[in-house]
Amino acid sequence: MARSTGTLRKATTTLVAWVIALAIFFPILWTVLTGFKTEAEAIASPPSLFFFDWTLDNFVIVQERSDYFRHFMNSVIISVGSTLLGLVIAIPAAWSMAFVPTKRTRHLLMWMLSTRMLPPVGVLVPIYLIFRDAGLLDTRTGLVIVLTLINLPIIVWMLYTYFREIPGEILEAARMDGATTGAEIVHVLVPMAVPGIASTLLLNIILAWNEAFWTLNLTAAGAAPLTAFIASYSSPEGLFYAKLSAASTLAIAPILILGWFRQKQLVRGLTFGAVK
Amino acid sequence: MMSKLGTLLCAGAAASLLAAPVAAETLTIATVNNGDMIRMQGLTDDFTASNPGIELEWVTLEENILRQRVTTDIATRGGQYDVMTIGTYEVPIWGRQGWLVSLNDLPESYDVDDLLPAIRGGLTVDGELYAAPFYGESSMVMYRTDLMAAAGLEMPDAPTWDFIAQAARAMTDRDNEIYGVCLRGKAGWGENMAFLTAMSNAFGARWFDEDWNPQFDGEAWANTLNYYVDLMNDAGPPGASANGFNENLALFQTGRCGMWIDATVAASFVTNPEDSSVADSVGFALAPDTGLGKRSNWLWAWSLAIPAGSAKVEAAKKFIAWATSKAYLELVASNEGWANVPPGTRTSLYMNPDYANVPFAAMTLESINAADPTSPTVDPVPYVGVQFVAIPEFQGIATAVGQQFSAALAGTTSVEEALANAQQLTVREMTKAGYIE
Amino acid sequence: MPTQHSRVTARLMMTPAVLLLLGWMLVPLGLTLYFSLLRYNLLMPGMEQWTGLDNYRYFLTDPAFLDALRNTLLLVGGVLVITITGGVLLALLLDQAFWGRGIVRLLMIAPFFIMPTVSALVWKNMFMNPVTGLLAHAAKVVGLEPFDFLAVAPLFSIILMVSWQWLPFATLILLTALQSLDSEQLEASEMDGANSLDRFIFIVLPHLARAITVVILIQTIFLLSIFAEILVTTNGGPGTASTNLTFQIYALSLLQFDVGGGAAGGVIAIILANIVAIFLMRMIGRNLDA
Repeated sequence: MARSTGTLRKATTTLVAWVIALAIFFPILWTVLTGFKTEAEAIASPPSLFFFDWTLDNFVIVQERSDYFRHFMNSVIISVGSTLLGLVIAIPAAWSMAFVPTKRTRHLLMWMLSTRMLPPVGVLVPIYLIFRDAGLLDTRTGLVIVLTLINLPIIVWMLYTYFREIPGEILEAARMDGATTGAEIVHVLVPMAVPGIASTLLLNIILAWNEAFWTLNLTAAGAAPLTAFIASYSSPEGLFYAKLSAASTLAIAPILILGWFRQKQLVRGLTFGAVK
Repeated sequence: MMSKLGTLLCAGAAASLLAAPVAAETLTIATVNNGDMIRMQGLTDDFTASNPGIELEWVTLEENILRQRVTTDIATRGGQYDVMTIGTYEVPIWGRQGWLVSLNDLPESYDVDDLLPAIRGGLTVDGELYAAPFYGESSMVMYRTDLMAAAGLEMPDAPTWDFIAQAARAMTDRDNEIYGVCLRGKAGWGENMAFLTAMSNAFGARWFDEDWNPQFDGEAWANTLNYYVDLMNDAGPPGASANGFNENLALFQTGRCGMWIDATVAASFVTNPEDSSVADSVGFALAPDTGLGKRSNWLWAWSLAIPAGSAKVEAAKKFIAWATSKAYLELVASNEGWANVPPGTRTSLYMNPDYANVPFAAMTLESINAADPTSPTVDPVPYVGVQFVAIPEFQGIATAVGQQFSAALAGTTSVEEALANAQQLTVREMTKAGYIE
Repeated sequence: MPTQHSRVTARLMMTPAVLLLLGWMLVPLGLTLYFSLLRYNLLMPGMEQWTGLDNYRYFLTDPAFLDALRNTLLLVGGVLVITITGGVLLALLLDQAFWGRGIVRLLMIAPFFIMPTVSALVWKNMFMNPVTGLLAHAAKVVGLEPFDFLAVAPLFSIILMVSWQWLPFATLILLTALQSLDSEQLEASEMDGANSLDRFIFIVLPHLARAITVVILIQTIFLLSIFAEILVTTNGGPGTASTNLTFQIYALSLLQFDVGGGAAGGVIAIILANIVAIFLMRMIGRNLDA
């Protein structure tokens, strides 16, 4: 008896969960499906979910028109590069905030986060001028620098919250054994904080991959990532839903797949210090 | 140590300088993601084959992003692009600033006198041609011949607004999702304001009087906007305030519009049987008037220009001469048929008997010739431009005004209120910019 | 107790991050402050002149300014309410045992990976369009008039779009927090006869308070500067119905190329953001140190 009510309850939960999950996921599914339609079918009324003439034409056209792999590589280099550089700068900072806290630590953290609130549109022209003079326009280096600076506060904060959970005694023990601060961080702290660092890495790659203001406005041809690739498929004259969907599918697929494979880091790791 | 490094660097620099003439020159071309430009990109090989040593790098962007990118770049002299695709709005402003390289010295074979006078005039400042037209467009009425016949009406070649309104109301059949007329409603200086400014010209309205005083408080604008809102409420599709060119194109192609007044380039889309379910029943007419002497059609040309200060001017000129030449038109025609040739730039195209078979060719030419950017309105104005005012402040002002008119169409504000707001904000901006006290 | 030596080291370790962020803040901020006092339009070079506080006066007296301020708050508030309520419910759901939990979780977190521009384009064209959109078709199937989302309820539509993107983020953080809840405590209260609503209000919700403040903090930072979604869908309209501060600054800087005016707007936005930050700091500080 108890078991059957348990099963009934589980069945109900399953149904509810699946309906909600499919509803949330549906826009993405629809985009992917539309990528396989012809332009006329993409705006057909009534629309068809699965029963249409599947075609790969849109993907072929998109690849022919704009070199997907070049944009893809730029996205990879920019997002991974900026995240790694950010980690290198943030780990020591987070270490000192977590293990040598002062009265001002919290204020410092909040100040760092508040730099993230600067509206990018307002400072585009000054930054553009600086980049022009430094020869950084349309370079991956330039974008790595900007995205590092933008995401640094988030990285510092995430690391800080992970480091705080690591007992200070372990680090002190290492110090007693004569380890320098550098060695202490590299050999003791980092290995212990791997799960936290991995979550930070993943979240920041996602944020950098999807950043669409700086990546669009500071690039032309050479360093343009996938956000610029998408901008060449939105709203031309003529029908475009199918080609836009194909391009969108290509642009989101890598990060979606990465996120799905590494979802453990997100599911367990995304705490921002919310869990004691 | 330092000097050794310096020597190395110098040697390297010298080597690269020496190597320069041999190495290929790469032109970065910024362009819009419209069909004609995509076709041009596809024909890159034809250019590089006859111009060894020049390579083409394409940056294809959606219109608004492109405009934002190239304007930032040229104004800050960022030097990211060697060739820019810009419109008839930018050319006079940028040309006057000295931001563009003059194209007066294009080779004889280019035959600059073959360019349509209206278009060429729009791209010339003080006798200097600052951009070469890639394609030109006006606006016209596209209508469904079958629905028009069913309504028992016949479209004249040069209709009046009253006829359009009457026909639109007669064709509307909401139960079957057929709406008499589709017009732009989405806010933006290049969206609803392009249409409404051109429409207002036929109603005797103007943006500014000769002393740059905004005119939205006048009767002519009230007539224009009331006419437009009433007509769209009676015979327009739902959600019209979010419809731009593309949304209306999709509506027309799926058979939901009786008439559509928009860019002449749309003609090749709506008559293309692959995308359009109404391809074989589309007719064309001039944009309507009200008998005051001006019609509601605009004039626009996407054109190629070279930013001043570019180090690759010669190569860029070669490219522009290729992309806007007669030979290019023939190249497209032989690859994709005459209907896909970029229209509206050359007289010779319209003399060509092959092109005359294209159903919308004659009406496109007539529409372009019916627009005069130097005298766009019934009453005199201090500005150039049919559906825009060629001053730098226009983009911002017209976008804000467009928001007001879009709200009036959506019904969230009244027509009177929208006009009052438009007047107020235009006065504000023009005062700020120093045109008026 | 940290030694004197480690304090010095700590300072040194922090220096690169602090200096970089200080530079990233001060250089643009300094330039922005400087430009905000100039009459400087990119399209009219050589006409720059000192105007004092004129740009600020124009920005603050712009009739659109108060609308933009209100819309900014509504947008941030609306998305926060939806994502936190939804996030708590979804977290409770995902915490239950059911078949296919792993896949359900994958499907639910997917929107978080989508580029904001892509999401806005898809929602606008393929869902919310009143004629060709899927929601319009759905409305017709059940016999309703299609609802014209972006014209009739532009801000609400944008709130929905953005909420869809941020819901997974809130859900994930709340779920992690929920899973750290001590099950013994729950069981004990069950023994005491507390029903599930009581348990939720008196045990689960207080436990989630920290996670909720974190979600508020992080999301606010991102939501304050939202503009791609507005640019792609409504362009701030109709009227000023969906213009937020960032979009207003965008319109000044990149439509009018009024660098001076845009800079003044930027400075005002920074001041307002810092007011918000102070509030958040008070709130979060209490919750994080507890």
